[in-house]
Amino acid sequence: MKKTVFIGAMTAAATLVAGAASASVLDEVKARGELNCGVSTGVNGFSAPDSAGEWQGFDVAVCRAVAAAVLGDPKKVKFVTTTGQTRFTALSSGEIDMLARNTTWTFSRDTDLKFTFAGVNYYDGQGFMINKSMGVSSVKELDGATVCIQTGTTTELNLADYFKANNMKYEPVPIETNAEAQQQYLAGACDVYTTDASGLAATRATFADPENHILLPEIISKEPLGPLVAHGDDQWADIVRWTMNALVAAEELGITSANIEELSKGTENPEINRMLGSSDDDLGGMIGLEKTWAKQAIMAGGNYGEIFATNIGESTPIGLARGLNALWTQGGLQYAPPFR
Amino acid sequence: MAMTSDTPSSSFRLSMLIYDTRYRSITIQIVFLFLITMGFWWLVDNTLVNLAEKGKDIDFSFLGARAGYDINQRLVDYSSDSIHATAWLVGLLNTIVLAVVACISATVIGVIAGVLRLSNNWIVSKLMSIYVEMFRNVPLLLWIIVFFAVLTEVTPAPNAFRGENPTASMLFGDAVAITNRGTYLPAPLFDRSLGQIDIGVAHLSSNYLVILAVIIGSIMGYRALQRRATVVQEATGLRPTTWWKSALILIAPIVVVLMAMGFHLEYATLQGFNFSGGGYIRNSYIAMWLALTFYTGAFIAENVRAGILAISSGQSEAAFALGLRPNRTMNLVILPQALRVIIPPLISQYLNITKNTSLALAVGYMDLRATLGGITLNQTGRELECMMLLMLTYLVLSLMISGAMNIYNNSVKLKER
Repeated sequence: MKKTVFIGAMTAAATLVAGAASASVLDEVKARGELNCGVSTGVNGFSAPDSAGEWQGFDVAVCRAVAAAVLGDPKKVKFVTTTGQTRFTALSSGEIDMLARNTTWTFSRDTDLKFTFAGVNYYDGQGFMINKSMGVSSVKELDGATVCIQTGTTTELNLADYFKANNMKYEPVPIETNAEAQQQYLAGACDVYTTDASGLAATRATFADPENHILLPEIISKEPLGPLVAHGDDQWADIVRWTMNALVAAEELGITSANIEELSKGTENPEINRMLGSSDDDLGGMIGLEKTWAKQAIMAGGNYGEIFATNIGESTPIGLARGLNALWTQGGLQYAPPFR
Repeated sequence: MAMTSDTPSSSFRLSMLIYDTRYRSITIQIVFLFLITMGFWWLVDNTLVNLAEKGKDIDFSFLGARAGYDINQRLVDYSSDSIHATAWLVGLLNTIVLAVVACISATVIGVIAGVLRLSNNWIVSKLMSIYVEMFRNVPLLLWIIVFFAVLTEVTPAPNAFRGENPTASMLFGDAVAITNRGTYLPAPLFDRSLGQIDIGVAHLSSNYLVILAVIIGSIMGYRALQRRATVVQEATGLRPTTWWKSALILIAPIVVVLMAMGFHLEYATLQGFNFSGGGYIRNSYIAMWLALTFYTGAFIAENVRAGILAISSGQSEAAFALGLRPNRTMNLVILPQALRVIIPPLISQYLNITKNTSLALAVGYMDLRATLGGITLNQTGRELECMMLLMLTYLVLSLMISGAMNIYNNSVKLKER
């Protein structure tokens, strides 16, 4: 009798475990009441805690928008810091629900590593930063240089390919995090620091003497950065993808955090009405969210343009121009499919 | 007779498996074996099921794919076109070269500190106590970072050696340059090189092989000379004068060979961004080496002290009574006996050094953990395979070290007859 009870308990426990494992990410996040979002260990402007300990930044805003769309509250995010080395393991093991850590979209990451990229929130390229006093004006003059580089990144591979293609030698100094790279670079332990150009600009903004460091003109790679989720849950991938699209579409349609309350009462434009949930169409229901999901996502930090301007735009210390990241209507690449 | 026929020899009951001491131990062992097998099977099955659910499999073919990344310190031929397996080998050799050098220096430091801690000189013994307690009680990772930070922040950048009035200068007449990237040393060069021998993954320099052979030959010749002198001494009571013959045998051949090959030193010179030419030891290596040496040296010092204290004071008193001076007493009487106590814990310390080299990633030293367990793992996304290979490699390496040390231990331990 005892034995039977024991076996019965085991079976029940096993069923519970199996049940938990097969639940969708959306249900898990809702049950937990919190979104686990993987971010970097600190790149100013993209993801870094501010003086009050609140995470701020361009990548952080994506996490907050998704949390707002799913849970209705942009504060319900648990930020999990990941390094270039730990990020993919964290995502595929389910420790984090999504990764927003200036991660480059590549073929092998999408296919072989079994991830789904939800889009591109920043079109970037690999650049080089060097001290002005070195008198270097082109990457082609870097033969023999010592280069600080974050390990486990695509920049590491681009660097090897670029120097090989141009028949130049270099000495790689592998480094784990952006903060360490900054310290090594400022101490002169490496001549050049290479990573995504946006990351370089963000790092330079934290220097005591940013005017003494220049970004070399060559951009040696394409680095489309975007949030990603694990394979196997298309609904969750759709939620992250369309939250991003909603932010871009909001900028295109002129929906800002200032006028969204006004617009959500109903407008002449049916697409705005569909997005903000003020028409009869229930777009939210189609992906398992509330009718006002897009409104909540946009209210979290504003539309794409507002997020860009407050975190990394030209009025911030990081001072990045929109460039490729302008809307398609203004000559950029940011383009959202129609909400219909 | 009657008693034996009464014994119920054939009546085996199931309960005897537990209550009969003849069978009990076997029963317990079988049950344990079964449980362990079940547990192991559950782990393997769980892994495979979960991998299958994620659409992943266990596949080692990535080892044959192009690595695509560069490694700064490489003892065998490697470029970004090499395969991941070669990167693994490069990392393994970097681990070994760090572990072996650190083991030797930690032993030297440890023995000196351990002996000096027992010194009658109050200042010396207290200084050694401070050294041991300081290094033993702070985590190794912090020491590694401290050494690296000091090397990076205190030493000058290569740029400081440039110009008319450089702020830094090279040591020993332009031979050695200590920079915040590493230390540049003169490297040996041969005008009439004998070429290289290709052994698959690496090239062995014939020059060094010839030099090694000549040195071994000289030492064997020197020993033969000493043996002859002993024979003559035993026969006649007078030891022949050998010092000039020894000097000739030890020094002349190597000098002749070096001159024949046109040996000279190549000094590092400042070119472009860095020094070029000469030998180069990276700061990451120096920091790892110093930290491992001083940290483990503190533990070895305690082992040595324990070993010496284990020898009864009668031994040293007897040696003094025979007229041996203190340093000869230590070298000839105390340490040989203390070795029996010192060697077994010393093996653990060598294994610790080998395993602690895996902290090298903290300062960007490209060891096994940083190549196979770091960049390869990250670029291929094969976490499980890389980790299993990594564990297997460290296991084999550690078993080899402990095997070799056990052979040595058997040779010095007390021979009982």
